[in-house]
Amino acid sequence: MIEPKIFRSGVRPNWCPGCGDFSVLNALTHSFSELDLAPHQITTVSGIGCSGRISGYLNTYGFHGVHGRALPVAQGVKLANRDLTVMAIGGDGDGLGIGLNHLIHAIRRNVDVTYIIIDNHIYGLTKGQTSPTSPTGFTSKSTPKGSLDTAVSPIQLALSAGIGFLGQAFVGNPKQMIKLIESGIKYNGFSLIIALSNCITYNKVNTLKWFRENIHDLDNDETYSPSDRKQALLSAVEHNDLVTGLIYHEEKASCQDLLPGYPNRPLVAQNLTPQQEILDNLTAAFY
Amino acid sequence: MNNDINGEFGEVIWQVGGQQGEGIDSTGDILASTLNQLGYYLYGYREFSSRIKGGHTHYRLRISDNPIGAISHKLHLLVALDQESLSTQNHFLVPSGIIIADENLNVNSTMVRHNVVKAPLTRLSEDLGNKIVKNMAALGISIAIMNLRLADFEDVINQRFSKKGSKVVALNLAAIESGFDWACQHELLGKLPLKSGDKKKRLFMIGNQAAALGAIMAGCRFISAYPITPATEIMEYLGRQMPEIGGAAIQAEDEIAAINMVLGASYAGVRAMTSTSGPGLSLMMETIGLSGMTETPVVIIDAQRGGPSTGLPTKHEQSDLLSAIFGTHGEVPKIVITPTSVSQCFYQTANAFNLAEKYQCPVIVLSDVALSLGKQTVEPFDASKIKVDRGQILLEVDPTPEDGTFFQRYGYTASGVSPRPLPGTKNGVHFVTGLEHDETGLPADDPALRTAMMDKRLNKIPDLLPGSTFYHGPDNPDYLLVGYGSTYGPIAEAREMMANDGLLVGHLHILIIWPFPIAELDYNMETAKNIFIIENNATGQLEGLLDMHSPYDRKTKPIRKYNGQPFVPFEIYQQIKERL
Repeated sequence: MIEPKIFRSGVRPNWCPGCGDFSVLNALTHSFSELDLAPHQITTVSGIGCSGRISGYLNTYGFHGVHGRALPVAQGVKLANRDLTVMAIGGDGDGLGIGLNHLIHAIRRNVDVTYIIIDNHIYGLTKGQTSPTSPTGFTSKSTPKGSLDTAVSPIQLALSAGIGFLGQAFVGNPKQMIKLIESGIKYNGFSLIIALSNCITYNKVNTLKWFRENIHDLDNDETYSPSDRKQALLSAVEHNDLVTGLIYHEEKASCQDLLPGYPNRPLVAQNLTPQQEILDNLTAAFY
Repeated sequence: MNNDINGEFGEVIWQVGGQQGEGIDSTGDILASTLNQLGYYLYGYREFSSRIKGGHTHYRLRISDNPIGAISHKLHLLVALDQESLSTQNHFLVPSGIIIADENLNVNSTMVRHNVVKAPLTRLSEDLGNKIVKNMAALGISIAIMNLRLADFEDVINQRFSKKGSKVVALNLAAIESGFDWACQHELLGKLPLKSGDKKKRLFMIGNQAAALGAIMAGCRFISAYPITPATEIMEYLGRQMPEIGGAAIQAEDEIAAINMVLGASYAGVRAMTSTSGPGLSLMMETIGLSGMTETPVVIIDAQRGGPSTGLPTKHEQSDLLSAIFGTHGEVPKIVITPTSVSQCFYQTANAFNLAEKYQCPVIVLSDVALSLGKQTVEPFDASKIKVDRGQILLEVDPTPEDGTFFQRYGYTASGVSPRPLPGTKNGVHFVTGLEHDETGLPADDPALRTAMMDKRLNKIPDLLPGSTFYHGPDNPDYLLVGYGSTYGPIAEAREMMANDGLLVGHLHILIIWPFPIAELDYNMETAKNIFIIENNATGQLEGLLDMHSPYDRKTKPIRKYNGQPFVPFEIYQQIKERL
């Protein structure tokens, strides 16, 4: 087993001290270690924002793409090489604002990628604007009189889009986060883990203390069954989406299982030598 | 009309027109497929609207005993199934041409000078029990007029309709025969007799199919795309074939997702592509920049259509050129290829994959409506002409302790291209980012480093790629016709017309337009007295590139067309003659 610290690159994060992103970074390295993975077996794709920088802080193949598009890149990586463990990581602005479209379709497509949304309800890197998950009335530099919009609910969206693995973690509970990330990586299909996080610099409303006071932990709720989609939706509604733990889990075929003719050997390992015989077979229909 | 001493025609231009949903395409396809088997050279062009049923559509087929690369302004035989075919198309007819019009149509007086034949197409097919086959009755009449043998059509009809059952096959054959017989009874047999074809085996396909085949042969095993006219056939064809050849085809939720999936797949090491048209290309721009910045190869086919915005979705234009070359913010290395024919759609798409990996950059293959949907006779493809060159891919990396030190993905090299380990490779772990970065790929904004990295990326592609242009004609021509991409066929034929008039005329054509091959262009333009720049756009995008790159004022003369139609050779010839 490779020690968690080996999964950290030598780069010092430029996050603010006290930022929740550090917890996610630690949870990731511990999950990789627990799963007995090696750095070269993992590819981490991230978007733009404070949390998007995480791919540079991990000692894995790292791809830091354009804003909001981590999911399509990650799906492309996984389909090209099904032997890789593929992570997609970004913030609430990246994944639920500019990139929301891709989340719904990634859930529908069900490529085996683990997606972590670090949700701190604010745009941090651009220095404090309202985000898609900021509550209605949230005041920030971009909404000085309070946000008019209804907050996006990634949990309810994911459940209604047909997700097979959904969890929500909190940066104040690293053990649970590690467990969820491990289960998400092991899950055959698309897994979404939302990491509720604080922005110590710009979000003075949704603080660690605030989260602690409002969270309902499903892992400690004996009446809760993560295999019941209806209960999952109801509990998200009941607790204003502030539920943590494994929210929903259902075994089903992944995109790789279902893609017609998709080989067991990774696409990157196919023989590419041009063969006249193949060409003749393909062109026979055009004579 | 070049009819020979036997009165046979070496070339006939046939057209069928009607409402979408009346089987116009299948009429054209059946005639074309049969003629292809008989060894004629063909060029088929469809005119259609952006709707499913209804709206006028026509299929024009140029049939020749010589290689051809363009449609023609002429028309010898017009089959009209709707009124619009008569009112909008009849002026193309040559004086001795024939119009076959369904007898229900109102044949107006302007066409009396032509040989109008009112034929009972609807009645003939109703007699067979189903008026849906009136197009086949019309085909039967056409077959008789061109003096072709009915028996030659049986195979194609069988192939096309056998899935629908023997009754459907029999009905279609009966309708063709009934039209043929009617034509014989009305003294139309052999009115426009075609010379016989050479019976040689050749392919007949659209550029989109050729491009998709080229991609497969180059080793492309991943496509992600979003449906858009006129590029959709590429993703459809690869969607059918990928399961057979062990690849993956993904219909993306939009073009942004498509290009990002392709970039991810390509980064992971599979040859990957997307196909789109102008609106999709606009959406892909940000990620094209990411491809350039991260030096990750990507292949994009842009089948151009009329722009801007939604523009003319089904009509022809060459107006994405500057977008393709300069599109995306900032400055990135890029290669833009403009294939000249259906055959080149095959070979140049294959070439695009090599160039993308060799130079680790985005490569855009620019086709257009004429090329992507125009159907051409193509000599059989030769797999031995395709070599797979994967450039600086590293399949093994020397061990270094996995201590969090990244592999130097962007290390400086003499060529500017750095070794690229694929994800999954031991000891090759590295970081790529759209941020400016140092040799290890880590974000950095030091001014000297920034300059060095920009130079590394922008200088790695040579100023001139081999085979960028080609020239036909005499040394030191008085007239030089210059174009790029799909105008090759029309310009080549216009050049022949001018040469036949005794003029010293050359044709300079661009196949790889970026990096802009100014050295070859200047060399060829130096001695030419009159230079015509021929392009399907309003603002003269190629002319602009020439002005931008050449130190000389060549006093070039523009010939531009942007009405949604491709050039026909004669109009190029005519416009030049008018200016002499």
